[in-house]
Amino acid sequence: MKRTPDVAPIVTALDRPNSYIGRSVPRPNLARLTQGRAQYVSDITLPRMAHVAFVRSPHAHARISKIETTAAKQAAGVIAVVTGAELAKVMTPWVGVLTHLKGIKSAPQHPIAVERACWQGEAVCAVVARTRALAEDACELVEVSYEELTPVTDAETALDPTTQVIHPELEDNLTFERKHEAGAPDQGFAQADAIIETTFRFGRHTGVTNEARSIVADWNPGEQRLTVYQGTQAPHMMQNLFAKHLGLEEHQVRVLTKDVGGSFGIKVHTYADEMATVALAKLLRRPIKFVADRLESFVTDIHARDHRVKAKIGVTRDGTITAFEIDDLTGIGPYSVYPRTSGIEANQVVNLVGGPYTCPNYRARARVVFQNKNVMCQYRAVGHPIATSVTEGLVELAAAQIGLDPLELRRRNLIPDDAYPATGASGIKFEALSHHACLAHIDSMMNYAGLRAEQARLRGQGVHRGIGFAAFIEVTNPSAAFYGIGGARISAQDGATVRLDATGALFCATGVTEQGQGTEAVIAQCVATAFGVPLERVRVLTGDTDNVPYGGGTWASRAAGIGGEAAWQAGKALRANVLAAAASILQADPKKLDISNGVIVDADNGRERIGLDEVARVVYFRPDTLPPGFQAEMVATRHYVPRGYPFAFTNGIQASYLEVDTDTGFIKLLKHWCVEDCGTVINPQLVDEQIRGGIVQGIGAALFEHCVYDERGQLLNGTMADYLVPMAPEMPDIEVGHVVTPTADSELGAKGAGEAGTAGASGGIMNAVNDALRPLGATPITEIPMTPDVVLRALNKI
Amino acid sequence: MTDRVRVALTVNGERVDAEVEPRQNLVDFLREELQLTGSHIGCEHGVCGACTVRVDGTIVRGCLMLAVQCDGDRVETIEGLSDSGDVADLQAAFCERNALQCGFCTPGMLLTAQELLLQSGAAPSREQIREHLSGNYCRCTGYQAIVDAVEAVALARQGQTP
Amino acid sequence: MKPAPFAYAKARSLDHAIALLDGAPDARVLAGGQSLVPALNMRLSTPSLLVDINGLRELGEISRRNGHIEIGALVRHAQAERSSAIAQLAPLLTQAIPHIAHPAIRNRGTFGGSIALADPAAELPACLLALGAEIEVTGRTGRRSVAADEFFKGLFETALGPGDVLTAIRIAVPGSAARFGFAELARRHGDYALVGLAAAGTVHGGGLADVRLAFFGVGDRATRARQAEAALESGNLDAAVAALQHDLSPHSDVHASAATRSHLAGVLLRRVAAQLDSST
Repeated sequence: MKRTPDVAPIVTALDRPNSYIGRSVPRPNLARLTQGRAQYVSDITLPRMAHVAFVRSPHAHARISKIETTAAKQAAGVIAVVTGAELAKVMTPWVGVLTHLKGIKSAPQHPIAVERACWQGEAVCAVVARTRALAEDACELVEVSYEELTPVTDAETALDPTTQVIHPELEDNLTFERKHEAGAPDQGFAQADAIIETTFRFGRHTGVTNEARSIVADWNPGEQRLTVYQGTQAPHMMQNLFAKHLGLEEHQVRVLTKDVGGSFGIKVHTYADEMATVALAKLLRRPIKFVADRLESFVTDIHARDHRVKAKIGVTRDGTITAFEIDDLTGIGPYSVYPRTSGIEANQVVNLVGGPYTCPNYRARARVVFQNKNVMCQYRAVGHPIATSVTEGLVELAAAQIGLDPLELRRRNLIPDDAYPATGASGIKFEALSHHACLAHIDSMMNYAGLRAEQARLRGQGVHRGIGFAAFIEVTNPSAAFYGIGGARISAQDGATVRLDATGALFCATGVTEQGQGTEAVIAQCVATAFGVPLERVRVLTGDTDNVPYGGGTWASRAAGIGGEAAWQAGKALRANVLAAAASILQADPKKLDISNGVIVDADNGRERIGLDEVARVVYFRPDTLPPGFQAEMVATRHYVPRGYPFAFTNGIQASYLEVDTDTGFIKLLKHWCVEDCGTVINPQLVDEQIRGGIVQGIGAALFEHCVYDERGQLLNGTMADYLVPMAPEMPDIEVGHVVTPTADSELGAKGAGEAGTAGASGGIMNAVNDALRPLGATPITEIPMTPDVVLRALNKI
Repeated sequence: MTDRVRVALTVNGERVDAEVEPRQNLVDFLREELQLTGSHIGCEHGVCGACTVRVDGTIVRGCLMLAVQCDGDRVETIEGLSDSGDVADLQAAFCERNALQCGFCTPGMLLTAQELLLQSGAAPSREQIREHLSGNYCRCTGYQAIVDAVEAVALARQGQTP
Repeated sequence: MKPAPFAYAKARSLDHAIALLDGAPDARVLAGGQSLVPALNMRLSTPSLLVDINGLRELGEISRRNGHIEIGALVRHAQAERSSAIAQLAPLLTQAIPHIAHPAIRNRGTFGGSIALADPAAELPACLLALGAEIEVTGRTGRRSVAADEFFKGLFETALGPGDVLTAIRIAVPGSAARFGFAELARRHGDYALVGLAAAGTVHGGGLADVRLAFFGVGDRATRARQAEAALESGNLDAAVAALQHDLSPHSDVHASAATRSHLAGVLLRRVAAQLDSST
């Protein structure tokens, strides 16, 4: 087994005795997960619980003229049949806009469609029954009369004056538009010796979490309280939204998130059917469970990435990039998703294109349009794969055009490692990045020169292999600049509460959540190190709005960097409190004491003075023995939000090595490398696994995953048999390397690592395929997924 | 005609007598009637492998077998295999290698990997491991850590060190 | 989604199964269930009765008799995959079976079920065409044998009538001059093929005779490419590839265009022809 080697703590400021920072310690929740003893929301059963199933629109756009529910109400096991109009009396609609995305607009969305269904799969009626099967039986008895309307499906024509406007009150189908110009792009292109202009197309795809979206909502009229078990990445955000749209106070709502079967950005949004489930629980005064089945997931889980980007790069003969220009168009379904909006991905594309490079000349436009397909919104590495594929695709096309090695062209244009702080052409601020160090690292890690030699040798034997790169930047640790300043009640800060228990163990409650990334381990590592106990003496609680500090949850690669820093600070604060108590017991100077391995020691020589269990015993059971006037505080809470920069950008570079069967158009991935810089690495193994998992999601996008719609707005491949996710045999082994540039915005210095893999993978693979095919005179491929159809067309074989 | 049917089977070594609806599949029966929620439901179409359980010693898709078909059968789930220690070394390797993130696929992965290791004379290659796991979907790990863990156990059982 | 309600009956004998099927026109036979149960779980199939034949142990055997190898309808793919008799007497099947889905599916899925379903992209129907197999069907009027060439009628359509149960497959034991080839192109290991080809022939002089090329994934059913067979028998591979334009009518779907399938069929023919040649 290849183990990630433990590395010594990298940052001396964190060099506490027995530090866990920088160590691959195992996650405390793994045993439970491997033994079938987890508790996912789909596992939960409550007394009197009923199940809801939804009648969903078979049409992409249709007026609902009548819903006949009599037969369904009389069916076996049925408790209630509820239409959108009836549920609208229980829950108010929402509109997914934010004020900092200037001009973004959307229409009110209801938990169940009222009058009109706007995509195939939108819920039009709810059936609540004793079991899911009985609810589905009764769904078949609900008769909905539809009047079909013309669907708007093609983003390219959505803004044409002749195209039907989906929401007439909005006047057109334009959700959001952003234009940006920096430097002198026209002058830049005029200076160029070569200009490459092409169009990139990105297939719509989706998250396919292994556990589908799941929720159990329980309204207790006796307590006037709503308890919601939900697989979500943002419990406090959902608490706020459930309360707001049910007309409750926030304290009347408790959101509990236990084990979550994958999220990746899918479970950070407001879903109409989940809102409906909560409203039904209130209406019916009993627990209601909804678990999306796989067919529902494909037509209701947010989709992402459906972008068409016209793009242009200018480059001089000596390899200086002189300008970038893009025109992005994306269709996001009939509603901007609440509360984060569906404008963020396109906005990110504008922010990130050209981001790794010094070139100051940049022109961008992004348009986001409505259409009658399932909604699109933020999914892992929002906008990054698009911006990276466009930028890096252009860079490698330019390198080929001027006959320069693609790594060398990057060397000449990446922002120098000593040029920080720096500002990108889109206006984004970089605290400190390490593009050149990462490039040098991957060059040697993959033995680039050796691979090129092998490639040339095999080319002579008719074997066509390709090497492709993608340098990238990644948005992590977002401040309030992401959502809060736009008016969304999504916490940018996060908190941790640490308590010393009566036996000297620690309990930590944190606002960030665990969906498998290893949040619990990382939080425990921070607390154990800052306070000074063995890791196994820290128990971590996440995902309970009644019992954890108010926080944002886990998204945008924020849990370790923001939640970890809060936990670190809380651990330090409690250490000070406990040392004060110990000092008062020992009649010592607290400044001369420390806590090491669970024991109070002399700070200078490590001599053991008193056990934590003894301090706890005295404080809790014999406080009468403490000096008069001394009150011990055995709980400490600290919060953290990044303030120095709007985002802690990370950076890195990926490389793909693959072989194309030029007869069949099939692509075999041979190896993949990633070197990334997420600042302080708290747990190397967890970071590496985030990178690997993220890369494989990017591979899915590059080769397999595509939500294919027809012109009527019907999803043609909404099953796991037809929507192809990456499986084990086709995936390569992935080597991960690190460069460490801590952020000075926090003491811990950790930035996020959850999305870097996804950000760069698809661009690197596209470049590698083009590298393999270029000598064969193939047309460069600028679309993903790269199916056999696409590759054979590029080779002019079909 | 769609009446419940009486069945008697053994689940994790315990005799279970139940009356089941013919349409109830095995994994729903285990989860809903016996509260054995370690076997998961990811697709209900036999594609994802999260519902993998053992019936009469071989792994099957729990969503593609009806509970009513299991009359007289011996059914084993991750809960039973954990209690018996049957897959203890695989579980330990998965933990050590962080071969799971959300853990939803893990019970199915463990059962599938165990079948490969029990069938193989020699330690299977990484390619053979990947092929054997081809019907088990993991969205989190990218599979490499899982292959590493299974490979390590395969070698350890042959008395070799990885 | 959960299945619509249905009744369940466990057949005690083949006669009992046929009687049960006779009594309910929309009843379905439940064998391995690896294709039927997903269809039930999507409510694409809503029979009133499932007749479970898994208890009929006599259908689960592989035997050699009268110059044939006989494979019972209930033989599981995994059982066939491991069978030394099949490896020796019908090696084409041993080559094809690992391409069928995944281990847990092969543990449960049956030979007869795959043939009776007649999925156009499945491996086994094409293998039976290539092998010139006989399919034994038992119905209320007794037992009859249908040549594979006559069995597959259209998209999921076969020679099976109401009340019929597919009971066995018989394949003639090949002579020493027999040669086989198999290849398929699937996007992911175990997926249904975009295009596949099962082939058989006999070494005759310097070339091949009795060539049988059975493509799958390129039409509404597994299909013999008869003009290509003739061209290959005359030793002209290029002509055989060109003949596929006449022999096959591939479709477009979300996985590949008709043009891609057509092109890939030609690529596979060249690869499989090399297998037939190289094993001479």
